[in-house]
Amino acid sequence: MRAKVNQGMPPKNKGVLSRLLKMLFRDYKPQLIAVVICVVLTAFASTIASLFMNFFIETIESEGLVYGWGAIQRKILIAIGIMLSIYVVGWISSFTYTRLMAIVTQSFLNRTRQTMFAKMQTLPLRYFDSHPHGDIMSYYTNDIDTLRELVSRCLPQLLNSGLILLLLVFNMIYLSVWMGLVVAVGVVAMFFVTKHIGGNSAKYFLKQQKSLAKEEGFIEEMMNGQKVVKVFCHEEQSKADFDRVNKQLCADATKANRFANILMPIMGNIGNTLYALLAFVGGVLILTGVPNLSLSGQAMTVAVVLPFLNMTKQFTNNVSQVSQQMNAIVMAMAGAKRIFELLDEEPEVDEGYVTLVNAKEEDGELTECAERTGIWAWKHPHSDGTVTYTRLCGDVRIEHMDFGYVPEKTVLNDITLYAQPGQKVAFVGATGAGKTTITNLINRFYDIDDGKIRYDGININKIKKADLRRSLGIVLQDTNLFTGTVMENIRYGKLDATDEECIAAAKLAHADDFIVRLPDGYATMLTAGGSNLSQGQRQLLSIARAAVADPPVMILDEATSSIDTRTEALVQKGMDALMKGRTVFVIAHRLSTVRNSDVIMVLEQGCIIERGDHAKLIEEKGKYYQLYTGAFELE
Amino acid sequence: MIKTLARSVREYKASSILTPLFVSMEVVVECIIPFVTAQLISKIQEGCALSVIVKYGLLLVAMALLSLTFGALSGHFCAIAACGFAKNLRHDLYGAVQGYSFSNIDKFSSSSLVTRLTTDVSNVQMAYMMLIRTAVRCPFMLVFALVMVIVISPKMSLAFAIIIPILALGLLLIMKNAHPIFKSVFKKYDALNASVQENVQGMRVVKAFVREAHETKKFKKASDEVAGDFTRAEKILALNNPLMQFCFNALMLSVCFFGSMLIVKSGASALSVPDLSALLTYGAQILMSLMMVSMIIVMVSMSAASAARIAEVLNEQSAIQNPEHPVTRVADGSILFKGVNFRYSQKAEKNALSDINVSIASGETVGIIGGTGAGKTTLIQLISRLYDVNEGSVMVGGVDVREYDLETLRNEVSVVLQKNILFSGTIKENLRWGDPNATEEEMERICRLAQAHEFIERFPDGYDTHIEQGGTNVSGGQKQRLCIARALLKKPKVLILDDSTSAVDTKTDALIRKAFAEEIPDTTKIIIAQRISSVEHADKILVMDGGRIVSAGSHDELLVSSPIYREVYESQTKGGNEE
Repeated sequence: MRAKVNQGMPPKNKGVLSRLLKMLFRDYKPQLIAVVICVVLTAFASTIASLFMNFFIETIESEGLVYGWGAIQRKILIAIGIMLSIYVVGWISSFTYTRLMAIVTQSFLNRTRQTMFAKMQTLPLRYFDSHPHGDIMSYYTNDIDTLRELVSRCLPQLLNSGLILLLLVFNMIYLSVWMGLVVAVGVVAMFFVTKHIGGNSAKYFLKQQKSLAKEEGFIEEMMNGQKVVKVFCHEEQSKADFDRVNKQLCADATKANRFANILMPIMGNIGNTLYALLAFVGGVLILTGVPNLSLSGQAMTVAVVLPFLNMTKQFTNNVSQVSQQMNAIVMAMAGAKRIFELLDEEPEVDEGYVTLVNAKEEDGELTECAERTGIWAWKHPHSDGTVTYTRLCGDVRIEHMDFGYVPEKTVLNDITLYAQPGQKVAFVGATGAGKTTITNLINRFYDIDDGKIRYDGININKIKKADLRRSLGIVLQDTNLFTGTVMENIRYGKLDATDEECIAAAKLAHADDFIVRLPDGYATMLTAGGSNLSQGQRQLLSIARAAVADPPVMILDEATSSIDTRTEALVQKGMDALMKGRTVFVIAHRLSTVRNSDVIMVLEQGCIIERGDHAKLIEEKGKYYQLYTGAFELE
Repeated sequence: MIKTLARSVREYKASSILTPLFVSMEVVVECIIPFVTAQLISKIQEGCALSVIVKYGLLLVAMALLSLTFGALSGHFCAIAACGFAKNLRHDLYGAVQGYSFSNIDKFSSSSLVTRLTTDVSNVQMAYMMLIRTAVRCPFMLVFALVMVIVISPKMSLAFAIIIPILALGLLLIMKNAHPIFKSVFKKYDALNASVQENVQGMRVVKAFVREAHETKKFKKASDEVAGDFTRAEKILALNNPLMQFCFNALMLSVCFFGSMLIVKSGASALSVPDLSALLTYGAQILMSLMMVSMIIVMVSMSAASAARIAEVLNEQSAIQNPEHPVTRVADGSILFKGVNFRYSQKAEKNALSDINVSIASGETVGIIGGTGAGKTTLIQLISRLYDVNEGSVMVGGVDVREYDLETLRNEVSVVLQKNILFSGTIKENLRWGDPNATEEEMERICRLAQAHEFIERFPDGYDTHIEQGGTNVSGGQKQRLCIARALLKKPKVLILDDSTSAVDTKTDALIRKAFAEEIPDTTKIIIAQRISSVEHADKILVMDGGRIVSAGSHDELLVSSPIYREVYESQTKGGNEE
């Protein structure tokens, strides 16, 4: 299973676009079909003008100037009437498709965002270990933004411009093949310019993105360490380092923008040159009387040349608009590719089928019930169709467990331990000895390689992960509070907890004292992970959060490390009340925190080297004794 | 604000001026082209000689080439000017932050500084690019094309006079309605992304409490709201295209109708057929420009917020400045606090430190003990003048810290901060922060002092081991010892450890203290600690509570005289709960 944990097959670039289109068409088929129809109508309405001009000038030249205004007024009014109705259709369809597209784009982005987020929630912790948070964040910011560009602007633009170009080609052949050939020469030139300059521009834009990411990384690191910079008077050195990164970014950005900036005037002026060339060629053709070749069979006149000039402008405008989209497309493809990579990640597998249910006890028999009874039971369906219920007590047994985060390196070796309901088990040992890893395995953040963990006699691999974790309370060293009120943060432990329950939990954790002194008490808003609280206060809150969940088993991973010993002594009373009747796993650096445990496990390099209660371990005069007397190095 | 930002243009002034210059020349040439073309067609209609056509043709091609040159040059200079301006802005911002004192840094959080240096500068760069190029091009094009229209036919310009205001009004209405929505939705969008970040960081908690579904629901609600607002704004913006087409089509039809009437009635003397075509070309240019102008206004006004945020950083005066005639030598490591009161901000109700009077002799070891929020960290930060006192004075070596050259003072008073940070780079590079010229032997010696040498040697790459950003690949205790070594390399007269051995075991902690006592006896050492064992052998221990020094003395004295000290001591030696 581990082999497929990281990244599904990275999709090919070509596949990205088709997958994106498939996604769009799957969810928005009717809207998109309407959009395509409207775009066709719009393109038609905007190209028809050149034929109209041709008719118009023809009429003025051959009839109006000969027979006078009265003779052609009706004809012209009718023509304008027809044009107007075509235009009205054009306006309506243009309005419809831009509006539809706005709705589709936002809905698509919203859906993608939510799919990404929901997907992210299912990913195993391994994923978050191996992907920097900044990288994950940029799915939601940069990558989604590039998608917006692509869907809302590039795709309709490409469709629209492509159609207009196609219709114009038809119009040109209709009027004059010779003149059309001149335009073709121009198009070839534009194509090469786009390929060369546009290609370079895209290349440098990607390079710029890279320098930008590098500079952002640098800035982030230095801004976070700014106080250290000050303490070491490292300002000048830091400025010099920054300037180096900054210069590189400037150089890349200048190149990227230069190519993007000159593309437009070059395309525009190829258009202008073409314009001039056509006027010239047209003039020559008219003067020399070369027979015209066209679908309409018209002779070469000013009525042909003038609409051609306008068509050329329209033609080159559209070609240059398409070329402008190059950068956006390249960036959007990269963004979409990354998003697909996230969506293709393997979710956390859960083959558990034993669930946690409310139960009531009648005549010594456990039965399932819907209401909250305070009694929980494991519902265990067996292969023969029978269902048994086991009362949730918090009995945890680990037998001969091995584990490594990567196959090459074993972190835990043959761990065996029993924790009976209500017992307090402590882990002591150096950083990296595997203390936290054991608790990560009990709640199946990771899966063990060998051995067994049993919870109330049930192999935890059979228990549904959600239910397993619901039965375990956990307080971590990194508190991670969420934006919201203090009350909401406590309620995180049990979503349907009443205010009274939350306050009771806060009192238990001795958090009530400081909470009531906050400006708005329990309604105080915590921002940015509770940065307006001290680390110690945050830890108290996270203890309260676990307390309100009221699980039979608690894991306290350095839960009181940032609370000074004096406050800890206070919290300890609350913690003792909290721990009463529960199975508790404690990890702590401070020996004073673990001393009153029922059993203390001393870990060294993934093995339990000593076990027993405080008195016994002191008596043994082993590692624990050395640790306790300060004669041994923990790190 | 604009003035502040404009100071960063500097060496890119020339490019910034050349860009609009070339743009306007490009516009002039571009606007003449349809006019000349119309004349060429007229000549053809009159049936002129081939040589005349060739002459006109060459003129037109030459003009196109000229316009291309101007256009490309303006694009070239624009890229240089805008990217250079952005570079200077970042340089200035970074420099400004380097000059900040601790209180300035506290005021802006580090994440907000990062945004200002990255996203905000990018926004301003975009706006600048538009301002010197597109914002010149479009209005210029508008005016020049309009002039050409009047030159060709004053009568026909009436049609323009009606359509242009309609478009302008329409665009204005669209902008006015969409802009406020955009403004508010971008804020919501930022909040949404902030919540994603929070979720990613708290993933362990989310999973431990099985709150995946809850989080997804929360996210869906916020995301739906953002999408709804965006859709509302985009729907309004979607009116742009049809409005534009409407105006262009209306212009075209009316020009065609009235134009043809004029041509026919005047017998092609007041207006010719080629003129008609030129008018339409100008019409397209004018309307296009108007549209662009409206876009520019929106874009630039959106980046105004970014510009304001940048200016705020640039205009922030560092709370601590070097004195005019600084003292550049610290005599010894003696420290004296005289009647010191300190508040973090003017608005704070309570003093963070009150009435501090302490005298520390050079070479003494002083321990500081006290609960969270007692003011320990605040106290030591005043010594190297990371903050300035509100009342009283702090003296080092007999001189008020405000009279020292900052660099001198901070090199002699070395602080190991509580929230310490290693930077990405090798261990050596990190150590050299203390002394850029330190030899390998020196580093080794210092690392032995800080009890870091042993574990460094055990790394496969030894002193060349690469430290990840934030020092994530070394343990907490190792990080602390590296930070101590880094501070020691400065060979300071005063060394301050702010809870810097909390993750180090008691034995190593003792070894470090022993090494200090033996190897750097003349350095004044101030140690803030949670563990009594870290400070019990100090010459003097200060017990702090509520921003005051409540007792001072040796370990034995305090056990007798200070109830707080005794309580802490007992809690640590007897454990929480006796059975």
